[in-house]
Amino acid sequence: MSSEGAPGDRPAEPARHVDRAGLVIAAGLAALAAVLVWDASKLPATNMYGMGPEAMPVVIAVGLVLLAIGNLFDALRGKLPPRESMDAKPVWLILIGLALLIGIIGFGGGFILATSALFVTTSAAFGRRAVFADTAIALVMTTLIYLAFDKLLTLSLPAGPLERLL
Amino acid sequence: MDTFAALAHGMAVAVQPMNLLYALIGVFLGTAVGVLPGIGPALTVALLLPVTYKLDPGGSLIMFAGIYYGGMYGGSTTAILINTPGESASMATALEGNKMAKAGRGGPALATSAIGSFVAGTIATIGLAFLAPWLVDFAVRFGPEDYFALMCVAFVTVSATFGDSPIRGLTSLFIGLALGLVGIDKLTGQARLAFGIPELLDGVEVTTLAVGLFAVGEALYVASRRHHTEEKLEPVRGSLWMTKEDWRRSWKPWLRGTLFGFPIGALPAGGAEIPTFLSYSTERRLTKHPEEFGKGAIEGVAGPEAANNASAAGTLVPLLTLGLPTSATAAMMLAGFQQYGLNPGPLLFAERPDLVWGLIASLFIANGMLLVLNLPLVGLWVRLLAIPQPWLYAGILVFATMGTIAAKPSVVELSMLAAFGVMGFLMRRFDFPIAPVVIGLILGPIAESQLRRALAISLGDPMVLLQSPMSATLLGIALIALLAPFVLKGLGRFKANED
Repeated sequence: MSSEGAPGDRPAEPARHVDRAGLVIAAGLAALAAVLVWDASKLPATNMYGMGPEAMPVVIAVGLVLLAIGNLFDALRGKLPPRESMDAKPVWLILIGLALLIGIIGFGGGFILATSALFVTTSAAFGRRAVFADTAIALVMTTLIYLAFDKLLTLSLPAGPLERLL
Repeated sequence: MDTFAALAHGMAVAVQPMNLLYALIGVFLGTAVGVLPGIGPALTVALLLPVTYKLDPGGSLIMFAGIYYGGMYGGSTTAILINTPGESASMATALEGNKMAKAGRGGPALATSAIGSFVAGTIATIGLAFLAPWLVDFAVRFGPEDYFALMCVAFVTVSATFGDSPIRGLTSLFIGLALGLVGIDKLTGQARLAFGIPELLDGVEVTTLAVGLFAVGEALYVASRRHHTEEKLEPVRGSLWMTKEDWRRSWKPWLRGTLFGFPIGALPAGGAEIPTFLSYSTERRLTKHPEEFGKGAIEGVAGPEAANNASAAGTLVPLLTLGLPTSATAAMMLAGFQQYGLNPGPLLFAERPDLVWGLIASLFIANGMLLVLNLPLVGLWVRLLAIPQPWLYAGILVFATMGTIAAKPSVVELSMLAAFGVMGFLMRRFDFPIAPVVIGLILGPIAESQLRRALAISLGDPMVLLQSPMSATLLGIALIALLAPFVLKGLGRFKANED
């Protein structure tokens, strides 16, 4: 994503040069393989017949290294499928919404506030500019969902200041 | 057990009023969620899994059956009316169906797809009912090494054989396998890849992964390329009913589509893409109206839709008899079973026949309900499609996170959901298939424990994998399927991603 972050209507580039995003993917796969091996090496040795718990991570790590090499070749030859231009702003808006959701749940803000924050940011990401109207819609909708889960399905959703008023 | 007696017993279970109600709710919810653009049957099942936590296993599996078929009906409605197939299996439907809708023949297109799905679903479910006991008899003789070999076949065929690129498909699979390692090892009780975080000891939830990859990933992807496409909803004009001519042109494609769909779905090759495209090209070759193809030929909707539904019922054969999911949707169904500590396979047929046969009988009932419900309610589904995009995706994300919040309201779980969402976005952007990740996560730990069990029985001798003729044959097939795409170009036509 990092190398393709520029917004705008750039047409898909003819992919014949070294693809930097592909290099990042290959490096990521190799890093994942390293984590698997490092974690497996910390498992105490077991003396049981056959395979211990440390064997399969190593097998998968070997596969990941081979695939990292395969992806590296594809990247060096510029053989990744063509990509369309992307607009990064709405992606960040939704990610901010998800971060708000996690933060509000983590600090005990409750279900209604958390999901309303996600609703409003996502709606804005898709081009809505009526933030106040959307906030009102979100609060009503998530309150109804909370009541339905709490009273009908008796599933408990995390409660915050708003939920305690209900 | 005699199939007829077992099926009759299953029917008796399925027609209990509460179970009929569950089937109805499942069908209704499945269609309503499946009709939303960008939501395929796998995500539909993943989103609705938390809703069924509190039900008893029988009732909730019956509800799944309804959700499964309902999600597929919903998907084809979307494909016909806005040309955004929620899954690649609906691509052929979108090809001709959307042209029909543009020409004012949306009603007959929806009708032939609904009736064709009913015909195919019914025939394929009969096939399932008769094939399953036979396969169960066969599968009870499987040793752990045979199961391991069978899973290797499934791993290769879902990731490498039919994808655009075997390297990218296998990459997706191995990411799923790596995620499957997280948590406490069931044989020795040691924690792997938990990094001291207590929430990770239970492993990665399949629903969290699926909802993250499919729902959050899709929302991020659509948002990132919103400036490219404008979706246009075709109004349903004119009569909903098929003319005599439409019937005459539809019934053979329905049957041919079923013949393609069921056997290919039942093989551990998975995916409904191959039969739908085979059916499409066959109908194109056999039609008496070749000039209509590409402009809205009814055969091009009837055949692929029947193939799609028949193959969905077909994937239930390996799922129920062997515990082997061969599509993302089947992987979600397996997660549904596991939620109740049930493991599909020969033992489940012996121990809980009421549950398995109740489920199979419910498939017939769900199919019938859909036929009755879908056409009269088409106005309601169209209205769901008309929800403005900002609210639609905002609502999908609220619904998606709600499932995780209800199941495990922890910061770690929600962060994983967000991380899988980003992963799903990047995988879409760089064209990695998504279904293999889900299958790797759910099937990887099972394959590992079968392999370790086999090696423990053989006192660590790896030759056990080749000494069983079954296992040796299957491993040979897996090897051929792995090498085939590198040798033969062109298998990639059957794009194997599903969401």
